[in-house]
Amino acid sequence: MVITEAQVPITGEDGIVASRQRAREVARSLGFGAVDQSRIATAVSELARNIVRYATDGRGEFVIREVQASGRAGIEIIVSDNGPGIADLDEAMRDGFTSGGGMGMGLPGTRRLMDEMTVDSALGKGTRVTIRKWRR
Amino acid sequence: MVANAMPQKIILTGMVPEVARAPIIRIGSTLIVTVLEDLHDRDALDLQTELLQKLEEAGSTGVLLDLSVVEIVDSFLGRMLNDIAVGVRLLGAQMVVAGIQPAVAITLVELGLELRGIRTAINADRGLVLLDRLVRQSDKAFRNSRADARPTGAGGVRGHH
Repeated sequence: MVITEAQVPITGEDGIVASRQRAREVARSLGFGAVDQSRIATAVSELARNIVRYATDGRGEFVIREVQASGRAGIEIIVSDNGPGIADLDEAMRDGFTSGGGMGMGLPGTRRLMDEMTVDSALGKGTRVTIRKWRR
Repeated sequence: MVANAMPQKIILTGMVPEVARAPIIRIGSTLIVTVLEDLHDRDALDLQTELLQKLEEAGSTGVLLDLSVVEIVDSFLGRMLNDIAVGVRLLGAQMVVAGIQPAVAITLVELGLELRGIRTAINADRGLVLLDRLVRQSDKAFRNSRADARPTGAGGVRGHH
């Protein structure tokens, strides 16, 4: 069976493992190679950990699906939460920046692993990160 | 699953509970850790504690950490590997990480985690050879430092009394 879409709630540490494993399965079934599977799963792990660490209740959601654009096929992942939001996005995207005792490579690292990344964040409302990777 | 049943058979020293996903076995003066499954954050933290406790209890001189079946190393696990390596060094032992998959290596570089200061080998066999060499070098350096200390310390000064 080909899995092309999945939706996983992220709750606590188990959610980090569940979402990255799911992302890997979907990436594999969409025909991504081993290196891209690793990049995609790791990017999801970073984003899921941000939610567990920063979102007010440690909860969020993760949606993964196949996307097509100008003849290319790819994978799109949306990770969202209703947490505090990101106060300074430019700062959050800088290597080495951290507000929670991590290594500060969550967002910048994730961007390097993926082809596209968009962050929408509203203070007090939440954050939504969309990442895409195109199949070569 | 077979992986879950394995740790029960190979527990060698009691007291410390094992991380089922990463059993630690002792062979001679070496501890061998094989990460069998995707580690939760708390598994990685438990592994750090258990490994350092066992190292101290057993007086081991080397640790081989086999990651050959690990498919995802994110920034958290990468940082844990670094912390474990530092802890092992502080206890006076050597550590080699073996079998990092090519896809994982590429991901780590792109993520910005170069794991400087961690000795690596392409597989567990080579890892053990490297570990043996590192331990011997360390022993030799220790013996040499004692040999150097002898003439000026014990011999020379006492002679005047």
